[in-house]
Amino acid sequence: MQEATASQVSLTARHIDGLIEALREDGYTVVGPTVADSAIVYDEIASTADLPEGWTDMQQPGKYRLSRRDDRALFGYAVGPHSWKKYLFPSSLKLWSTERAEDGALKIEAGPEEVPKYAFIGVRGCEMAAIRVQDRVFAGGRHHDSDYMTRRESAFIVAVNCGQAAETCFCTSMGTGPAVESGYDIALTELLDEAEPRYVAEAETSIGAAYLQRLGAADATAQDAEAAQQVVEKTVASITKELDTDGIKEMLYGSREDNRWDDVASRCLSCTNCTMVCPTCFCHSVTETSDLQMSSFEHTRQWDSCFSMEFTYVAGGVVRDTTRSRYRQWLTHKLGSWIDQFGTSGCVGCGRCIAWCPVGIDITEEAAALRKSHESSPKEVEDAT
Amino acid sequence: MTTEAKTQSKPKLAVWKFASCDGCQLSMLDLEDELLAITGAIEIAYFPEATRSVVEGPYDLSLVEGSITTPHDAERIQQIRADSARLVTIGACATAGGIQSLRNFRDVKEFTSVVYASPQYIDTLRTSTPISDHVKVDFELRGCPINKRQLLEVITAYVANRKPAVPTTSVCIECKRRGTVCVMVANGTPCLGPITQAGCGAICPAYNRGCYGCYGPSEQPNLPSISAAWLELGASRQEVVRAYRTFNAAAPELAEESERIASE
Repeated sequence: MQEATASQVSLTARHIDGLIEALREDGYTVVGPTVADSAIVYDEIASTADLPEGWTDMQQPGKYRLSRRDDRALFGYAVGPHSWKKYLFPSSLKLWSTERAEDGALKIEAGPEEVPKYAFIGVRGCEMAAIRVQDRVFAGGRHHDSDYMTRRESAFIVAVNCGQAAETCFCTSMGTGPAVESGYDIALTELLDEAEPRYVAEAETSIGAAYLQRLGAADATAQDAEAAQQVVEKTVASITKELDTDGIKEMLYGSREDNRWDDVASRCLSCTNCTMVCPTCFCHSVTETSDLQMSSFEHTRQWDSCFSMEFTYVAGGVVRDTTRSRYRQWLTHKLGSWIDQFGTSGCVGCGRCIAWCPVGIDITEEAAALRKSHESSPKEVEDAT
Repeated sequence: MTTEAKTQSKPKLAVWKFASCDGCQLSMLDLEDELLAITGAIEIAYFPEATRSVVEGPYDLSLVEGSITTPHDAERIQQIRADSARLVTIGACATAGGIQSLRNFRDVKEFTSVVYASPQYIDTLRTSTPISDHVKVDFELRGCPINKRQLLEVITAYVANRKPAVPTTSVCIECKRRGTVCVMVANGTPCLGPITQAGCGAICPAYNRGCYGCYGPSEQPNLPSISAAWLELGASRQEVVRAYRTFNAAAPELAEESERIASE
């Protein structure tokens, strides 16, 4: 993004409307940020009128508040309570169902109904990284989740380089933002130096380039390209929260018996909120239900959580039967064993688990406290093996 | 299986009432679309709320509504247990003592002297207690009132001889699955959702209100932490105590925490 190239074009809100319209015409269900219930959530949108124009957010541990901006920014806020996983990995999904016919024969009906073709507007760097993490979970191994694959492969992604970070953001520590790295069709950077916001847009895919071409926008000037770069740099500089990832897996593996787990368990509600808002958490349970006549059965997948006791119920009892053990499992998996399992951290630094924890538990603070304790008693590393 | 064979093997259902408002029994009658299917699968043998006809026990499945508040009821539940192969309690009264368990925190004699013109005729226990304090309970269905879908699931699971799919996690999971924004985080509204058992479908947060805790404490609730969060949001100690002392006031975790906050 050092200089203007032919692939960078300059857009206005009117062009974004044109893009949304074109996507809708082409059969996409366009979803994007919109204001509802005192927050910026993701829902179906019809035009830029549905976007949170002139809104921003204040986020702290356990606290989220909307407020007005003094400009007309369409993307002037950080990530909210929803993530794109609600579209790629729906919270409830019928996997298959069975009907028993009169003669007693079972008829099995295949999985989910028709999946909509989604266009996501306003995907941030950390969110793009989260989608890549879930790609590895659902589509990276030997066994693929066909529903996820269908949704993912047909999704059109309009990303946004963050022009503003929240207090809870720490993407810079996780290497996931505030600029969007890759995986998008079109990426936007919002410029707010004039009354009307402008957008420097670039395409990463040919389909993205084709849409930009349809909008008939002018190439971005060298000045605008430079300004877009500065937007990202300014956001980087505004991020204050940090997570030290150096040797974090080994640190956590060596901290299994640390007293900090008791400390956090005294505050943790085990309510599942952190895992529900996490854009990478993928745990789910499958329930089979029947009707009274025992003639029809449904197999349904639902979001579940490692903070639920039932989640680790096996013959003989619950594996993780204390909040201490459940919080330890979540944090150690998210920041540590995820690396062994999937080759990356499970955390993208979006800060949702911090803001949406009703009692404001901060994963970065917990990790820092564990590290401090670990460094003062490194002998535990040996005990871990 | 023929229809005839089904009739022969239909399990007998009884619905019993103790100290309660009848609302949970009504949830069963609210299952209008499913009632025919229910009567196809089980024989409604005893259900005074619905029918005067009585089929003698013993019963295969007893649903018990209400709490134990009188010496007579304390005896009656023993007989019902003896007559029931499987006993399921329904609702906050039967599972936690109900709103009437507020008496547990005060002197019931003082109440009767104030409320009744002739208190000498009142024969009541000092406390209102859940059924499980008196007899073995096979399954507890929470709620004030219960969710009729969950009741149907309990009956269906009984017929299928499997465990009911009734989660014991918090209400938060229901808000989040639906995409409801957290009222506590986004509005600073005190909410009991994080320590309350799921099942209602998170109705109140969907209407921008905090959870009232109708389903009682979730599995391993961290009451001191939610109390601290409520106080931080500006709730008074009295408000915290009152939030814990509603339909599930005598649930052990809530009773203990309300005593702790009240005594501070």
